[in-house]
Amino acid sequence: MSAASTQPIISVSNLSKTFASGLQALKNIDLDIRRGEIFALLGPNGAGKTTLISTICGIVNPTEGSVTVDGHDIITDFRAARSMIGLVPQELTTDAFESVWGTVSFSRGLFGKRPNPAHLEKVLKDLSLWNRKDSKIITLSGGMKRRLLIAKALSHEPQILFLDEPTAGVDVELRRDMWQLVRSLQAGGVTIILTTHYIDEAEEMADRVGVISKGEIILVENKAELMRKLGRKQLTLHLQNTLQLVPPELANYHLELANGGSDLIYTYDTQGDRTSIATLLEDLDRAGISFKDLQTTQSSLEDIFVSLVRKNK
Amino acid sequence: MNVQAIRAIYRFEMARTRRTLMQSIISPVISTSLYFVVFGAAIGSRIAQVEGISYGAFIVPGLIMLSLLTQSISNASFGIYFPKFTGTIYELLSAPISYFEIVVSYVGAAATKSIILGLIILATAGLFVPLRIAHPFWMILFLVLTAVTFSLVGFIIGIWADGFEKLQLVPLLIVTPLTFLGGSFYSIDMLPPLWQTVTLFNPVVYLISGFRWSFYGIADVSVAVSLAMTIVFMAISLAIVAWIFKTGYRLKT
Ligand SMILES: Nc1ncnc2c1ncn2[C@@H]1O[C@H](COP(=O)(O)OP(=O)(O)OP(=O)(O)O)[C@@H](O)[C@H]1O
Ligand SMILES: [Mg+2]
Repeated sequence: MSAASTQPIISVSNLSKTFASGLQALKNIDLDIRRGEIFALLGPNGAGKTTLISTICGIVNPTEGSVTVDGHDIITDFRAARSMIGLVPQELTTDAFESVWGTVSFSRGLFGKRPNPAHLEKVLKDLSLWNRKDSKIITLSGGMKRRLLIAKALSHEPQILFLDEPTAGVDVELRRDMWQLVRSLQAGGVTIILTTHYIDEAEEMADRVGVISKGEIILVENKAELMRKLGRKQLTLHLQNTLQLVPPELANYHLELANGGSDLIYTYDTQGDRTSIATLLEDLDRAGISFKDLQTTQSSLEDIFVSLVRKNK
Repeated sequence: MNVQAIRAIYRFEMARTRRTLMQSIISPVISTSLYFVVFGAAIGSRIAQVEGISYGAFIVPGLIMLSLLTQSISNASFGIYFPKFTGTIYELLSAPISYFEIVVSYVGAAATKSIILGLIILATAGLFVPLRIAHPFWMILFLVLTAVTFSLVGFIIGIWADGFEKLQLVPLLIVTPLTFLGGSFYSIDMLPPLWQTVTLFNPVVYLISGFRWSFYGIADVSVAVSLAMTIVFMAISLAIVAWIFKTGYRLKT
């Protein structure tokens, strides 16, 4: 790979934002977004996700630190930086009386691109808005408006797309469509940064996950790596005979009884010592406990996320 | 220079005018006609002439200025206030567009509208009174300079305003009184000496005087002073706009 393609497409360094109210919404953020990846930014309400995105896009002035987009500083070289970025805001903010076609044409022009009806037609078709192209925006449903905002962002062929909670208030089927769209954009070389409160969305879509809490990035990790590292596994043994109590000789495994004593649950770290399962099974045998079936489950990103944020409280 | 963006905003703003054609064009025409009926016909029949011009014709430049000022301000202030109000300003702020380009497109569109309006009023006035335009070039120049200057003022108000009341406040409390007291309907000479002096502090006097001169060759103050004052107002407005953008005042947090 050439140096240009391994260089991050967005580089945030030491970025801080303190609002006039004195609230520090971003605290010394360092973050690199890789070219072509789907990056999911997770964090509870008020964590600073929107503020971070708004700062990169030029809507909020940073208090400290710098951001470059494909090597262009977002302040001194804002034209080059911004023309690469498409932004889909969290709030459904649209004009009311403009037509669908009018507003996507407007967006394209605003970003300095020559009119290209064929491209706009494709974007509207991809988002199932083509048959509403002459409708006034005010007559669209909420989900349609959300898609329209995406169409506006895609109208100027951005190389980077920010999606701030793109699937909030969108029905299940449409969510699937949107994931599909995001994947096809990625296949076309677009880098995507999305925020979401649906962890399954991040789990499904993202290459990497960042967790922000109270204005600090507390974790950035490959999704698979993250699940491997922090994911906890549970081994459930369906017992032959129900147990009233976990035998004391098994105390250091911290086993739990469930399902009226017919299931025995063992929770362990995937990073931990693998042989412990083997010894557990031996010890069970020694204690005369036999089981008819077993099953393991891995914790989801959601569990990881919740435990991380709780720690940061 | 992001020409596509300027074109997009300009078009968007002009489309807004077309959608609100009634209120943008027709209502000023009706109100001007009413002025003619009331001032021109009813009162004018008792005031024979002002400086050798029939009263009806005398008030035409002032009437046009009155509309030009209020419309420039309201067009430009709504144009920029509305995206702030609805939140669509995010797109403007995240676009690869400079402040200069933003001002050119919004102020350009607002000024275009009010100039069109001024010309419509002029044509309407022509139906009521015989018109004579002694210095057409100067007439257009004053029209354009005033439209641009007050569109800049409107832009500033639109950025400053954080509610609809404020948007109406300045035009209502400042611009309309200044225009009425700025010699729209009378010559400054008709006032007692003290009020003549006070009036000279009213910036609108210079605009109306210069504009009227371009019609009839008569003026309350010299044309050079009128032109200079118009340019001074424009420079002040530009300086304020530049400051707004430099500091991000009320646009960015
Ligand atoms: N314009 C503003 N002025 C003052 N404080 C603000 C402003 N915008 C956001 N904040 C504050 O900054 C913090 C971060 O807000 P932000 O919108 O970035 O959170 P978020 O992570 O996007 O949350 P959510 O998931 O609810 O969208 C919050 O405490 C919020 O109240
Ligand atoms: Mg948010």
